[in-house]
Amino acid sequence: MNALPADGPEIDAAFLRRWLDTAADVIEREAARLDDLDSPIGDADHGGNMRRGFIAARTAVGQEPPDTPGGVLVAVGRQLISTVGGASGPLYGTLLRRAGKELGDEPAVSAARLRDALKAGVDGVAQLGGAAVGDKTMLDALYPALDALSGALDAGASTADALSAAAAAADTGATATIPLRARKGRASYLGERSIDHQDPGATSAALLLNALSDTATGTAA
Amino acid sequence: MTAPTPLVGVVLVSHSAAVAEAVAGLATALTGGGTDVLVEPAGGGPDGGLGTSSELIASAARSVDRGAGVAVLADLGSAVLTVKALLADDELPDGTRLVDAPFLEGAVAAVVTASAGADLTAVEAAAAEAYTYRKT
Repeated sequence: MNALPADGPEIDAAFLRRWLDTAADVIEREAARLDDLDSPIGDADHGGNMRRGFIAARTAVGQEPPDTPGGVLVAVGRQLISTVGGASGPLYGTLLRRAGKELGDEPAVSAARLRDALKAGVDGVAQLGGAAVGDKTMLDALYPALDALSGALDAGASTADALSAAAAAADTGATATIPLRARKGRASYLGERSIDHQDPGATSAALLLNALSDTATGTAA
Repeated sequence: MTAPTPLVGVVLVSHSAAVAEAVAGLATALTGGGTDVLVEPAGGGPDGGLGTSSELIASAARSVDRGAGVAVLADLGSAVLTVKALLADDELPDGTRLVDAPFLEGAVAAVVTASAGADLTAVEAAAAEAYTYRKT
């Protein structure tokens, strides 16, 4: 019953608040796995950091619910920057705030507008971190997801199907970080030892995109 | 007779509260006695453990802002990224700059230079120059 309508600008503030709930739940559920992934190549706190950030974001948005999709993204981004405590805070915070500002004050937007806003946000992440695809970072999930989203929307897919394609591409991108050697962040100091580990940031990015897809199909827990 | 020029403030952002405080203490001690020093450590994460706290950074910057600008030095990853994100969103006082400098050596250079009444550009240049001092 939470599935999207078949046409029209369907992404509104309520949709993104449902996404936030779903994302906070999945981060909570997967926090220990994210910590485990972060253990051999980082400081084993990615899951705990993300959980703290998403709990704070859900609380803040619950107390003062923004009435536009852009407002929700900006509010979540702000909370992530102030509460995560690791590099994923300013990176995801920049992604969501930049995307939210792109959406402006519109009460509801199309999937294509959301795609463009997310593209601006992900470009902001790439600029902030100075990373590119192949560096074994969250970008290895985010850029393939954007490409899949664009391709599906351009081919006339429904919003739900396009977001589903984006989530699948993010999963594939996260898995594809396993053989990569890290070139950014602390993992890059490990050199060869960073190989054979899935990047925790690409993994959390895939979780957030799966939450978006689940929100669109109404399959969110 | 003109009013004294307001000093540039310095904020030291480290993943560790102990590191930020110790570097601030070292830099202050090396300015010599009797000088005014505006330096504030912003170390550790939102939960008090290792990490970066944007609120600690913003409040430290406000506390050393005397209108002459604030030079921010940061140590690693999230410390650097958080300062950049705060600057991009205008959440730090006007005239706040992230200074590209080695953390400890740059902090000493920045604090000593600021305590002598130099402007923000001179403080930034002094901190950045610490990169050029080779040790071997």
